[in-house]
Amino acid sequence: MTDLKRRSLVAALGAAPFAAPLLTHAQAPDANSKFKQVSSRERTRQRYFPNLILTDQDGRKLKFYDDLVKDKIVIFNMFYAQCEGICTPVTRNLVRLQNVLGNRVGKDIFMYSFTLKPQEDTVSALKHYAQMHKVKPGWLFLTGSVEDMETLRRKLGYVDPDPEVDKDRSNHIGVLKYGNEPLERWGGCPGMSSPEWIAEMLSWVDWPKDSAKAKAQANGGAK
Amino acid sequence: MAYISKRNRRKEKDKEIAANNRRELIAAGFKRRDLLKMGLLTSAGMLIPKKGLSARPLNTRGFFDDDEPNSPPTTPFQELMPRLPVLQQVPLASLNPQPTAAPNTAAGEARTVAHQAFAQFPPQRYYEMSEQAGTVLMAPQGELPPQTIWGFNGRTPGPLIVERYGVLGQPQNGSILLRLRNNLPVDNGGFGLPSVTEHLHNGHTPLESDGFPCFFMERGQFYDHHYPNVLAGVNSTHPGTGDIKEAMSTLWYHDHRIDHTAENTYKGLAGAYILFNEFDTGNENTGFKLPSFGDGQNPLTSFDIYMVFNDKVFDSVTGLLKFDLFNTDGILGDKFLVNGKINPVLHVSPRRYRFRWLNTGPSRFYQHFLLGPNNSTKSFWQISTDGNLLERPIQVNSSRISVAERVDVIVDFTNDAGKTFYIENRLEQQDGRGPTGNVLGAGQGNKILRIVVDGPAVADNSVNPATIPAGTYFYGFPNTTDQARIVRTFRFERGNGQWQVNGQLVGGCDAPPRFRIKRNTVEKWIFQNNSGGWQHPIHMHFEEFQTLSLNGNPPANSGIIQRGRKDILRLEHNMEAVVYFRFRDFVGRFPIHCHNVVHEDHAMMVLGAIDDVGDNKTQP
Repeated sequence: MTDLKRRSLVAALGAAPFAAPLLTHAQAPDANSKFKQVSSRERTRQRYFPNLILTDQDGRKLKFYDDLVKDKIVIFNMFYAQCEGICTPVTRNLVRLQNVLGNRVGKDIFMYSFTLKPQEDTVSALKHYAQMHKVKPGWLFLTGSVEDMETLRRKLGYVDPDPEVDKDRSNHIGVLKYGNEPLERWGGCPGMSSPEWIAEMLSWVDWPKDSAKAKAQANGGAK
Repeated sequence: MAYISKRNRRKEKDKEIAANNRRELIAAGFKRRDLLKMGLLTSAGMLIPKKGLSARPLNTRGFFDDDEPNSPPTTPFQELMPRLPVLQQVPLASLNPQPTAAPNTAAGEARTVAHQAFAQFPPQRYYEMSEQAGTVLMAPQGELPPQTIWGFNGRTPGPLIVERYGVLGQPQNGSILLRLRNNLPVDNGGFGLPSVTEHLHNGHTPLESDGFPCFFMERGQFYDHHYPNVLAGVNSTHPGTGDIKEAMSTLWYHDHRIDHTAENTYKGLAGAYILFNEFDTGNENTGFKLPSFGDGQNPLTSFDIYMVFNDKVFDSVTGLLKFDLFNTDGILGDKFLVNGKINPVLHVSPRRYRFRWLNTGPSRFYQHFLLGPNNSTKSFWQISTDGNLLERPIQVNSSRISVAERVDVIVDFTNDAGKTFYIENRLEQQDGRGPTGNVLGAGQGNKILRIVVDGPAVADNSVNPATIPAGTYFYGFPNTTDQARIVRTFRFERGNGQWQVNGQLVGGCDAPPRFRIKRNTVEKWIFQNNSGGWQHPIHMHFEEFQTLSLNGNPPANSGIIQRGRKDILRLEHNMEAVVYFRFRDFVGRFPIHCHNVVHEDHAMMVLGAIDDVGDNKTQP
């Protein structure tokens, strides 16, 4: 990467909201034009982030890509409010993570917990769950139609190749996925990893240190 | 697999049927609510019982098309298989700044630990490579667009490093230093983390140079790797020489960035490394008389050929290399590459060759056969496990290599002038869990490489394995009878969709080592697979092991060879393996991990250390 390209990237990162073509991947045209030139960011959106309408614990209707993922650093996990097993320790761990991440949660980092049981997890059930765990702004508990939540689960890879194992909802609880959407950096880790370790993993997908975005966060007194 | 191409056709047909059905229903004036009433949608809505009604029909395994390999078609056996270019040395004076034993942090070195053996084994030769983006063609011109990969010097596989041990008694003569620079771009084209650590797989390497997953370098930084290339035992059991029975031949190097190894190696950050010595000389007129390496390029003099196998998927819309970002099971490709080309061709002469086969993954296990005319199967001679010479060549019909495993084989084409063969993978595998165990019939598998015996007749002074008298021909194996200081158990399992070892998560880079090995001691380890339908290639850094038992039985010495010095244990369904390690000479931090790199990136790893104290944790 040349300095010039790096500078232009940094300049672009300072602009908000992000323009869709930002960070598009240079693609040489194919000799036979058999293929479409679609940016990798756009292909990732098409493939993993359907613009489904979800509802949060405050009853707000939100589009999955447009409102929740685009231009953000995001953390995903799966849960359901009545889960007896690992849900509660993971949620408690994420409460600690939210404290470690400080006021960046809700600014450029967002935490999303998707219900595996939309039939049970009504808006009021989500609200009660969020209040019980004293979650702060920037962490949304999300439900939607049964069909949409199933689509989302599969799109985000909360799937076991063994159909019998896949049926047991508790098998989709233990993993966090995280990423920086415009930078196209994605990862996953156990939901019970220490909050400090998860915060370090998030730092690997954070805005480049010298970007205006990162400086704005630093000046805003993050952490 | 043959079935992958079948599945593609089936999916296309499914899509067509679905589209027709939907058009018909819409034409008939049905609304979604009507479909629900009619029972064409389940109460869950999406799980449509009649697959043909969905715009994106779930296949029988319940996945969307996008989650399955659906690469555009390519024409096989058009392009020549590249021979890996040999990395050239650079003069010490060209390295700026000059290498130092202590990390040169001020100048931008990412290393944090001083070289522990720099004074004892000062580097004799120097190399430098840049990890950077490159543009390559993987398929015949015009069939797939140029691909932007990340590679060593912009190539994938990276250049072949060819080095020699010092002769016995002069171990320092093998010592080299490799400087790596991180020149990767911010823009990753959809996947890849431009933060890297390079692991020399199977090197007896001081651990600060080994490529510990947490010792990564960021963009703009460099990292000096000191590879003494010494035989294990040089500072302990065999002072001043090392144990010749620990000599290694076929190694490789690859990115090992914690949590991001799968995407970075898939994107191209892997290369090959071989070591010769005064026995395995690279010259078929001397030593063990194995087929000559020559210059590694000239087909008339180079009969020792490194082949890097991997499987990949290309986006059906853009034609570009595609990585499944949210997969945690393992990623299978439907295009098979050798040395960076999809289904290439190799021309050989009627004589003996040494092939070195490496599987860089990410998740597929192979069982390679040589398919000949009329669906015949040609036998060959396996001479190594994980690149470490056996006691003698063993005649086999196939070799199985899971991710990161290597085998060296001798193939005798002497009487095959004019014939065509294929390296064919016949091991059926349907998902990241591992092979089904089913070995397909001749001609039913993946024909990966075409080999045509149409080269000119050339002299062959290499040993004919068929004529080697009984007994040990190579080095023989080190003993496995010394008393172990400790027996440790590592249980690999899956819970709540995540990987655990002995019920614990990986911890983190800042966590203290899970366990400590005492330097210059012997340990026995028990690997247990309690993860149901999964198989795992378990890799230990720094030292290779010998298998004492697999489910209570001795390791096989014929068929699928298990007896030998190895650094990967293929932990199969419900298997319990007992292995024997001798940890010698150097100290530092290391990982044990699953080398299905997708599992590895999802924390299927234990971070330990070697020091002069050790601990007594039997289930770390």
